[in-house]
Amino acid sequence: MAFTNEQMERYSRHIILSEVGVKGQKKLLNSKVLIIGAGGLGAPVGMYLAAAGVGTIGIADADTVDLSNLQRQVIHTTADVGKPKVESAKETMLAINPDITVNTYHEFVLASNIADIVKDYDFVIDGTDNFPAKFLINDACVLAKKPFSHAGIIRFQGQLMTYVPGEGPCYRCVFKSPPPPDAVPTCSQAGVIGAMGGVIGSLQAMEAIKYIIGKGELLTGQLLTYDALKMEFRKIKLPHGDHCAVCGKEPTITELFDYEQAVCGVNYDE
Amino acid sequence: MENYNIDEYADITDVVCPMTFVKAKIALEELDDGQIISIKMNAGEPVQNVPRSIKDEGHQIIKLLHNEDETYQLIVKKVEDE
Repeated sequence: MAFTNEQMERYSRHIILSEVGVKGQKKLLNSKVLIIGAGGLGAPVGMYLAAAGVGTIGIADADTVDLSNLQRQVIHTTADVGKPKVESAKETMLAINPDITVNTYHEFVLASNIADIVKDYDFVIDGTDNFPAKFLINDACVLAKKPFSHAGIIRFQGQLMTYVPGEGPCYRCVFKSPPPPDAVPTCSQAGVIGAMGGVIGSLQAMEAIKYIIGKGELLTGQLLTYDALKMEFRKIKLPHGDHCAVCGKEPTITELFDYEQAVCGVNYDE
Repeated sequence: MENYNIDEYADITDVVCPMTFVKAKIALEELDDGQIISIKMNAGEPVQNVPRSIKDEGHQIIKLLHNEDETYQLIVKKVEDE
């Protein structure tokens, strides 16, 4: 595949980089990334991956755009209020870069559908805001041997880690199981500073890009935490869980299942 | 290295920095290891920067020829990375 003049110009700042170059840009154009959640995290991820020329982007979210989303979900605009988030996100991504394909999944990811959605992608982004979805995404990616980026944001704090099959712990190695429903507030109850999605989501996009071009070191086996008020980033080394229920030596989770959702604030969109 | 056969030609006189290097890089990408390309470029900024950038990428600069019309021909041997 040769570059068109337009592609040469659009991706010129990538092509100049020795770590990306022509080969890396072609890898990006041939790659497929699934973003679960078109909210605070999914917004910057989608926009940067579209701009980078990730050739196929899948976006899954069951919600519609609400006015209260716009303080942080920068992929949607005021005119999008009421639209399915996946449609609004698709329009923005294609407006940034018509060179790519966007697949939309206007549904919640559940044990019954996630494997079928994940199977077509090279890398998965967890941009959800609740524990049942996070554990489901982890289990689905571990069982399907798909790398993924976990992230979570709340108030002035954010965290992320990267899972690559065979190269370090999964999310469940670190956080064995979800806390009881409503023991921990979701960000719709707790609040979140808008720029937090930009910081952590951009780091997720960076991890996806590095994985695709095969350069640098990924955040495997480590959890990065960010405290905006203290302006502090910390990297915490994570041990691999030999006894992990899904990726350990003798796994007890061999099929996907759904955890109970908290009654209030069930949004799949951070 | 005086004896060489040119396998490909590229012309980057129609673009300006940084597209000069981008275009040269794409042209080099199309070659096999050891193949030789002649890249036509303008005087001034292109000839000052593009040869150095190509060298930084690990390719071998064989020669820089000065054309009569104030353009240059940079003769480069592709060195495949990794």
